[in-house]
Amino acid sequence: MSESVPKLSAAAGATPEDLTRALDKELNSKGFLLTSAASVINLAANWARTGSMWPMTFGLACCAVEMIHAYMPRYDLDRFGVVVRGSPRQADVMIVAGTLTNKMAPALRKVYDQMAEPRWVVSMGSCANGGGYYTYSYSVVRGCDRVVPVDIYVPGCPPTAEALVYGILQLQKKIRRTEAFIR
Amino acid sequence: MNQALQDLGEYIAGRLSEEIDGQEVAYDELMIAARPDGLIKTMRFLRDDSQCLFKCLVDICGVDYPDRERRFEVVYNLVSVAHNQRIRVKVPVGENEAVPSVTQVFPSADWYERETWDLYGVYFSNHPDLRRILTDYGFEGHPLRKDFPLTGHVEVRYDDEQQRVVYEPVHLTQEFRTFDFLSPWEGMTRQLPGDEKAEEAES
Repeated sequence: MSESVPKLSAAAGATPEDLTRALDKELNSKGFLLTSAASVINLAANWARTGSMWPMTFGLACCAVEMIHAYMPRYDLDRFGVVVRGSPRQADVMIVAGTLTNKMAPALRKVYDQMAEPRWVVSMGSCANGGGYYTYSYSVVRGCDRVVPVDIYVPGCPPTAEALVYGILQLQKKIRRTEAFIR
Repeated sequence: MNQALQDLGEYIAGRLSEEIDGQEVAYDELMIAARPDGLIKTMRFLRDDSQCLFKCLVDICGVDYPDRERRFEVVYNLVSVAHNQRIRVKVPVGENEAVPSVTQVFPSADWYERETWDLYGVYFSNHPDLRRILTDYGFEGHPLRKDFPLTGHVEVRYDDEQQRVVYEPVHLTQEFRTFDFLSPWEGMTRQLPGDEKAEEAES
């Protein structure tokens, strides 16, 4: 019993295949699983969540072009299960790609509020991170974290597609080490 | 080309001597100084006269000269596809004066005039729908005026208690810094910076 728990939690950092293999081995050798139910559920939930992070299409400025590059075949975010959705109801992640203006802020918040829990926000580019070039402007929000809670900040003006992919991998890492359920 | 422009300018000045204050060819571009009261007639002439046929209104924009008695200038850019010519019409206007809307002559002027109203506060009389077009709903002031503060008057943030985006007076965590570098373009003489060796190579 004491053996199986560390074995499974070690699998948390590994690929889903390793996880299934570890579970399989336990089942085959003993015929039953001896671990805390929460730990298994946690692993399964995080595996599912990181494996299908569907972002809301939310391009605001030139960063949107780099975001599109990341979705397209060259960087192909599809392989991480990242598939863009047109509706906030189906989305798990919102990538704020571009300058958030005062006029857009209520709309952004509305889209965020329409997303189902659990939800994450990636702030992409200098403008979304802190106003960037437009910090002193009369019409631009000084960072989209004034309007929505941000999980990952991707720096750059605009960040390259690689940078965004890296940011999404960081978000996966962040999700993986959260407890999916409160015990 | 230059001669054609000059001829055109003189022709227009001759035909519209009552309505316009003058014409000038500068940097190979023809400019006409118009007045608000004769603007509609001028624009209609420029559109319909067979020598002009400026049927395309490319843009309307504003300029703010705070030192002038009439501080604003509304600039109309026209293209004549038939004659392959361009023309610029400038109308000086004071803060409390109105410019007649040219939407009845050029329907495309609608949004351009709304934009000029939004950003400069130049009033266009007889405009069908003179509302703000670019700035935020309920925005106060006209941001492209020289006396408008760069950071404006309000900023937004989401308020957790009220569950909505709220407006607050601007509070900057770091003061605006002015970097007073002499622009290489402002201080430019005939020689471009970095071109010092170009002349040596030529000689």
